[in-house]
Amino acid sequence: MEILRSKKKPTAEAASNLSLYRCAPSLEVRLDDFELYAIDRLRVLKGISNGLSRGKTPDEMKTLVNELWRTNMRHPDVTQIINKDLISHFVLRLVYCRTDELRKWFLSMETTLFRYRFRLESLESQRMLMAEFQLPYKALNYVEYERVKDKLTQVSRSIGQSSNVDTIFFKVPFEEVPELVANRRVFLLKGNAYVAMNQVKWTSTIREQEKDRLTPIVEALGSSYLGPDYSQPMEFTDISLKDIDQLANTSFPLCMRHLFNRLREDHHLKHGGRMQLGLFLKGVGLNLENALAFWRAEFSQKVGSERFDKEYAYTVRHNYGKEGKRTDYTPYSCQKIISVTPSVGDHHGCPYRHFSEENLRAALSKMGVGGRAMDDVMDKVRNRHYQLACTMTFETIHAASCDSGINHPNQYFIQSRKLLEPKGQSLS
Amino acid sequence: MEGNFNEKDDMKIDVHSPGNQQPKKVSHEFSFDYLKVYYGKLFPYSDIFRWMSYGNDGKHPACDESYFSRREFSFTLENDVYLRFQSFKSATDLENSIKEKCPSKIDIGPVYSVDPSKRHAYVQAGNNVFTPVERELVFDIDITEYDDIRYCCSGSDICLNCWPLMAIAIKVIDTALRDDFGFNHILWVYSGRRGVHCWVCDGRARRLSNEARSSITDYFHVYKGSENGLKKASLTGLALHPFLARAYTDVLLDYFERTLIHNQKLFSVEDRYEKILDIIPDKSVASEIHEKWQGNKRSSTSEEGRWDQLKSMLQSGKHKGLRRSVEEIVFSYTFPRIDMEVSKHMNHLLKAPFCVHPKTGRVCVPIDPKHCDDFDPTSIPTLSLLLEELNAGGVQMDVENDWERTSLDQSIRFFRSSFLQPLMKSCKEEMESSYSARVQQSNKTSLGW
Ligand code: SF4
Ligand SMILES: [Zn+2]
Repeated sequence: MEILRSKKKPTAEAASNLSLYRCAPSLEVRLDDFELYAIDRLRVLKGISNGLSRGKTPDEMKTLVNELWRTNMRHPDVTQIINKDLISHFVLRLVYCRTDELRKWFLSMETTLFRYRFRLESLESQRMLMAEFQLPYKALNYVEYERVKDKLTQVSRSIGQSSNVDTIFFKVPFEEVPELVANRRVFLLKGNAYVAMNQVKWTSTIREQEKDRLTPIVEALGSSYLGPDYSQPMEFTDISLKDIDQLANTSFPLCMRHLFNRLREDHHLKHGGRMQLGLFLKGVGLNLENALAFWRAEFSQKVGSERFDKEYAYTVRHNYGKEGKRTDYTPYSCQKIISVTPSVGDHHGCPYRHFSEENLRAALSKMGVGGRAMDDVMDKVRNRHYQLACTMTFETIHAASCDSGINHPNQYFIQSRKLLEPKGQSLS
Repeated sequence: MEGNFNEKDDMKIDVHSPGNQQPKKVSHEFSFDYLKVYYGKLFPYSDIFRWMSYGNDGKHPACDESYFSRREFSFTLENDVYLRFQSFKSATDLENSIKEKCPSKIDIGPVYSVDPSKRHAYVQAGNNVFTPVERELVFDIDITEYDDIRYCCSGSDICLNCWPLMAIAIKVIDTALRDDFGFNHILWVYSGRRGVHCWVCDGRARRLSNEARSSITDYFHVYKGSENGLKKASLTGLALHPFLARAYTDVLLDYFERTLIHNQKLFSVEDRYEKILDIIPDKSVASEIHEKWQGNKRSSTSEEGRWDQLKSMLQSGKHKGLRRSVEEIVFSYTFPRIDMEVSKHMNHLLKAPFCVHPKTGRVCVPIDPKHCDDFDPTSIPTLSLLLEELNAGGVQMDVENDWERTSLDQSIRFFRSSFLQPLMKSCKEEMESSYSARVQQSNKTSLGW
């Protein structure tokens, strides 16, 4: 495992500080630094995530990324900046490889970060970067990209990936990426493979003995700095059953409101819906006892209470970690909800993404969204900014701004409660 | 033996004129006596030597003198004895050995780290230094692989009706090797009986790892299992990969529609079109068409007409997800079927060009990929023809080489002008540039202290 930088100091000012993170660094790092670096980088990534969900333009993003990087990734010792970059990247990579969802989020934020940082580099330093790192990877310039972009789109379509105009492609000798060649996942031209940024191989390169040293830190980082996962009910604990209809009406995001209404009407929800709503309610503060009562009240009208106890109660207890593997399940984030594909008869998913335009308009106007606001929301939907559409809905019906954007249905709920229920007062 | 064959009077009777050659009369096309003459007068030793030396036979200071002698040759002898790991120091050395042993087949293997004939010495020394270091990227395409889709012949036979399948393979793979992988020095050779061989000789190709070789082989592979006796091409995704799309529009579709439908009577014989209809995943559509055609035995719908009918039905969009079936049918009936194992490993042996196939007596001559349509495997010079031509020439002294008086002349000229000369030129250039880089490097280090 070697650092991807030659032993000599970066040459002059032109040397780039942009790393391609191909190998984990073999550097001596103090444990405290280790953790601090990772937190700083996480701030950058969260900032980028917020910027994206606010729908910032590429130019605004450029400024934002530049800002975030400069404020968080500074180091008093200039020579340490590159190390901080490398170390923080690899620590977070370890933390975020634990689940698919985390990995996806991390990868897409890192890609954005890299893209904007790469654009900030001068051409000269881009060139030096390649020379310094002795990489066979060459980023495509605009002219080259234009020449092959149709083929690149064709390849993405052939492997069922949406092609994104913003994707950075690298040109590498085909021998470097045998797997991608074998599966025809890259475009080949005159001996070069055109590899998309997200295809660059992510190998876990941490050696065994280092793993022992890193594990506790990684775990600590995982629990304390990933941001709330809403698996534990927040401050407004223990909501009672009689309040639940009012809460649904005022503080549930559209996805949960829809599930809730369907349940009240049909006295039934399919598995996907039960999970999405059930875990949300848990995060909102419905305890197990109330949850069982709530679900039984509805389902027994349809299937009878006996069958409910036999077939459905288990899932409810399971969600609360009282059955099966006894893990406490985490309420779904927007990203997860948006990415599912509901089938006929399902009501889970994100309405902004999964409803027809007509149904969405109807649902929104029931919530009190109309006029300009409606047009704005629909506009975001058309541009596939679902979370942003949800944020605007939130802002409209609460007549307040929501700067962080909506990333999680439970966050939606909490922010709504904070606005509607000034400190200390409770509903009952 | 050399020189005295003219005196044998049974000679003239044995030799056929080119007009009545029959592939069946094997015994008349090949004999070890003929072969001795062939190796004595016609086999192009110096060309093979120059090729296999890749420029290392010159005076350039960057030449690797041991290069040629580290190449493995293998001989199959008259009594089926198989001699592996033969190696030779020079063109003369190679020539003498071939003349003496008169092998019915000469195979070419990789260049090893050390002289393969001395490998035991190295193995005993305990260090595992005997390992292949270079090998052309090779492909072997065999007509027998296509037996499920050709009806003109089977097994090792090949005729003008199924040769188009080989022409397709040559075109598709040759283009991809050049345009996609960037190779330039590619030699196509008729294997003498039932297929073609391809040698990719660029330095970059010779140095490919086994892993890279496998990846290229897989890149060329679309067949996924077989169904109802048919090797089926499986195509997924919303679009075809550019390589497949280009093959389809530039080569496959055209050959299928203009040549194979007709050549192989794919739509006029019931069990043949049934096999095609089997590819369609929607059985109701397949049986609808089947009924139509069956009820219509006497109708004048031509084969092309039936294909058009089938195509428009599948592409009409009435039935979801059937558009891809058109492509799957065409791919299944045309796309190259390479022998994957031959290409994947450096140490696979492949028969040398200009060998003579002992069953057919035909010489393994190079094929011009640009004109592979016109290549006629049934009229390739046989040993007996060549010897007759030698005879007929009598004592013509104005030629430098005996082969100039025979039909081999064209083949050797083509080998030289379109393959060997450009290859030698680029070997020289490569040698120059690696040498000057090394010189520069050593200058640097000596100054850099
Ligand atoms: S954006 Fe999130 S909270 Fe809003 S409706 Fe969609 S999934 Fe629910
Ligand atoms: Zn045939």
